[in-house]
Amino acid sequence: MSELRGIYALWLREVKRYSRERTRLVSSLAQPLLWLVIFGTGLGSAIGIPGLNYQQFIFPGIIGQTMLFTAMFMGISVIWDKQFGFMKEILVAPVSRVSIFMGKVVGVATDSLIQGIIIFAFGFLLAAPLHLSLELSMFFKSLPIMVIIAIGLVCIGLTLASLMNNLENFGAIMTFVNLPMFFLSGALFPVTRIPEWLKWAFYVNPLTYGVDSLRSIMLGSGWASILPIYYEVSIIIAFDIVMVMVGTYAFSRTQ
Amino acid sequence: MQHVIETRDLTRRFGAITAVDRLNIHVRQGEIFGLLGPNGAGKSTAISMLCTILSPTSGTALVNGYDIVRQPSLVRKSIGIVFQDPSVDDLLTGRENLRMHADLYGVPPGEQKERIDEVLALVELEDRADDRVRNYSGGMRRRLEIARSLIHFPRVLFLDEPTIGLDPQSRDHIWSYIRELRKSKDITIILTTHYMDEADRLCDRVAIIDHGVIMALDSPKALKEQLGGETITIKTSDNQLYMDRLGKAGIAKSVAEVDGEVKMTVDNAHTLIPSVVDIAFKAGIKVESIYVQEPQLDDVFMHYTGRAIREGGEKMLSGMAAVRRRSIR
Repeated sequence: MSELRGIYALWLREVKRYSRERTRLVSSLAQPLLWLVIFGTGLGSAIGIPGLNYQQFIFPGIIGQTMLFTAMFMGISVIWDKQFGFMKEILVAPVSRVSIFMGKVVGVATDSLIQGIIIFAFGFLLAAPLHLSLELSMFFKSLPIMVIIAIGLVCIGLTLASLMNNLENFGAIMTFVNLPMFFLSGALFPVTRIPEWLKWAFYVNPLTYGVDSLRSIMLGSGWASILPIYYEVSIIIAFDIVMVMVGTYAFSRTQ
Repeated sequence: MQHVIETRDLTRRFGAITAVDRLNIHVRQGEIFGLLGPNGAGKSTAISMLCTILSPTSGTALVNGYDIVRQPSLVRKSIGIVFQDPSVDDLLTGRENLRMHADLYGVPPGEQKERIDEVLALVELEDRADDRVRNYSGGMRRRLEIARSLIHFPRVLFLDEPTIGLDPQSRDHIWSYIRELRKSKDITIILTTHYMDEADRLCDRVAIIDHGVIMALDSPKALKEQLGGETITIKTSDNQLYMDRLGKAGIAKSVAEVDGEVKMTVDNAHTLIPSVVDIAFKAGIKVESIYVQEPQLDDVFMHYTGRAIREGGEKMLSGMAAVRRRSIR
């Protein structure tokens, strides 16, 4: 019971922090919109994908992208806690390391989910100019998938944060984790048309299956998914379980 | 006498450096116990081990009867800590920080509001409780941390350099809260400090620690007495005659004339003042001024760590001088 209260306290703090950092919040919402509106319109008119509206095609990918970036940034913010001494207050509390880690996971996953939901809302708002055809039922079907996507991504961010003691490597994380995961997820182009030598990189990326299952929901029968959606969901859940274990291990070893 | 903290050869090494070397202290129920020493003496390391943040290399300690190595969770529930470095979340308000702490320490939700209001009142932060900590001054953050450490009614409170970096007014505030706490709650307080006046004014007993070893441990008063008692300084119309008569009376341990005043070292100056004046009166000498001076804890500190300075060589000396300068300021 007291462990659950501890998880709740950490969750609440994470969500409050997320909503109060205005500058970061605004910029993190602006970025996916730039992708969606400018990149989507521009590239869509230049190349296009046969039988599909390009914006409709990348919309699930942009939701994946915004959740990935939020999970990473907020996960890595644990380093700030270490640097500004706040981590000490948490670590000395009579709450187990596992619960502290879980509190962080559910907190940051909530941030990431909120971010995804906001982008979804923008999708409904901008449906007409972007030629998106979205229905409310798509949103409700997507929600559970967004939840399981968030958990695994958050664990990656928290694990990286556990291994680092300062933010000097932050740029490297951006270059070597965020962008490759985003580009290699099929968010911006279909995986099926990628040359064989690069395909494996997509198939080992858990975000690929997240984006693909969201796409199955939003494009309906017009979309041929990589694997049946139940397999994809199973892969994401398996990835979550592994990452929670890895993250818990990495986190309990620090300090 | 019940001991709230009992360390048994508590030792911590960092590589080749022994930060805390076979520490054995017994802290009594309800006292304010000070660990006094220069920076790097091992005070914070000792506190970190007692708070179960750091595990000892060897030895152990009992805090509230719980073993810090084998029962860290029980230790944590029964103690409160104010860290040397700030550890509040500045994006949250004061009250939100307190509520989070209450949740982390399992304070029942029904009791939280009452306790939070109580600790806020204690450190006089009620008016600012709903402001974000970002807008607090250094002293206010410190007060918030003290309030936070008390929410779960700890039986032992650890204060690691509670007034470091604060202006004199804020220090006075913090000191009065600490005294108030001891009076109103049955709480034992362990504090580390490198301010002599802080140890002198607050602590019932002080352990002087240097290089991880306790150099001296006693009440500030007893420590000062070990230096050879108090000084009475008297200015008379005829110092030579007075010193002659004083020598015959044999009440002073040593007498010397310094800058036109007679300085004598005595035990128990306050009870001797009447006799000291009486000697002058009987000899027909006029007393122009008289005052009593107790030795300062500064002197004690120099006395004990001074040995270490000579053993440690030149580099230590400059470090010590810095500590001393800070203590004077």
